[in-house]
Amino acid sequence: MSNVPANLKYTKDHEWVLINADGTVTVGITDYAQTSLGDVTFCDLPKVGDTFSQHDTFGAVESVKAASDLYIPVSGEIIAVNGEVNSAPELVNKDPYGAAWMIKVKPANAAELAGLLDAAAYTAIL
Amino acid sequence: MSETLQRTPLFDFHVRHGARIVPFAGWEMPVQYTSIIEEHNAVRQKAGLFDVSHMGECRVTGPDSARFLDRVMTNAMGTIKPGAARYTVMCQPDGGCVDDLIVYRVSEHEFFICLNAGNARKDIAWMQAQAKAEGFNVTVKDECADWAQIAIQGPLAEKILATLTKADLPAIKRFAYAVDTVAGVAGCIISRTGYTGSPGFEVYIPAAGADAVAEAVFTAGKPEGLLLTGLGCRDSLRLEACYPLYGHEISETISPLQGGLGWVVKLDKSPAFIGQEALKAQAAALPSKVVFFKLNDRRIARQDTPVLAGDKVVGRVLSGTLSPLLNQPIGSALVDTAALSGELAVDLRGNKVPVTLVPEPFFK
Repeated sequence: MSNVPANLKYTKDHEWVLINADGTVTVGITDYAQTSLGDVTFCDLPKVGDTFSQHDTFGAVESVKAASDLYIPVSGEIIAVNGEVNSAPELVNKDPYGAAWMIKVKPANAAELAGLLDAAAYTAIL
Repeated sequence: MSETLQRTPLFDFHVRHGARIVPFAGWEMPVQYTSIIEEHNAVRQKAGLFDVSHMGECRVTGPDSARFLDRVMTNAMGTIKPGAARYTVMCQPDGGCVDDLIVYRVSEHEFFICLNAGNARKDIAWMQAQAKAEGFNVTVKDECADWAQIAIQGPLAEKILATLTKADLPAIKRFAYAVDTVAGVAGCIISRTGYTGSPGFEVYIPAAGADAVAEAVFTAGKPEGLLLTGLGCRDSLRLEACYPLYGHEISETISPLQGGLGWVVKLDKSPAFIGQEALKAQAAALPSKVVFFKLNDRRIARQDTPVLAGDKVVGRVLSGTLSPLLNQPIGSALVDTAALSGELAVDLRGNKVPVTLVPEPFFK
């Protein structure tokens, strides 16, 4: 069974979203996603300052088997990118909800957050 | 999916040992048990146990067997000695590949042949049709369902297998085989062949005995560091060794000469093999060739990625993966011969990455 922490929100594309106290969000890929991908070898991540609309491709994660696009859960501006996952992509397999966070976003439209899945709804689609 | 996926005699073994099962060439096969990279490294450093029972088998018998095989295969068949095996290609009249295969000589008039999983039915029908059309006195018998096949690969493969059989393994040279009992199962074909670049054996097992043999190999090998290994690492291992995979480096449209298999194509055979004339003509000026490359990048160039010379498309990627040996992406591509002397690149999600051609296998 995949680990689906109750404190996070999710997308059907297997990203997790942590809503921070300051209104920003932290995004990564779920335990289910990393298991499906297998050994992660590389993450293509955007640059700080890039802006995206909800569901845009913001990067890609590569494993030995395949490259998968990453879709941004909410519209907004990238305010931080985790360089650690570039130098140590295996972190995505080891700690998908912690050390392998990928980006922090300043949401442009907070209403979009309400449309994300909670843990129970995400578990239901696995 | 219109066709029901087939299961090998080792399907329950895989489930019992926690494999991740995926569809492959019409079969439900284990892609990995733990991690492709760990399994890959186990084969290079210790040993790995693969189920390759999806591969097909047939048997050619009859007084014309050797002559017939020399007609349908590109490599020399009549000179194989009983107890030995030879790698070969079977070609269409236009020089495209029907399949690549291993032919084992059993006796003067009997040969056992290993076929690719996805091609087995096609190969057998092809051989039967050629035999009939040209009046060869041979029988081509489908034995796909009779056999399971495992591959024990890695530097410790021989040590592990030696605990399970009385066969004289050191006496079995590369591309030779013996028939003996393995883990109590009689009639196994123990062949010193493989598809990883590492030393080891492929063992054909009468289907009913497959589970017992696989369990025995795993039990004997585990303390030595043997891992169960899936098709995921089989692909990265064979790509490091620059072995072609049918449907990628060779196919109905990529000839053995283009695919780098000129060494198994005997262009001066007489009588000629099917496809010989076309390949002779092609040999004079190959329009495109399969090359192997590495990238100084972390992105993997996947199958069908265009290969560029400047802005011009001069080829396409056939296979791509991360080499655990180099910790770099590697791959193969079919590239226009005229473009091979210049700079090549691949476009990976908007990043133009230079391609470094590699003349020798990454792993030898």
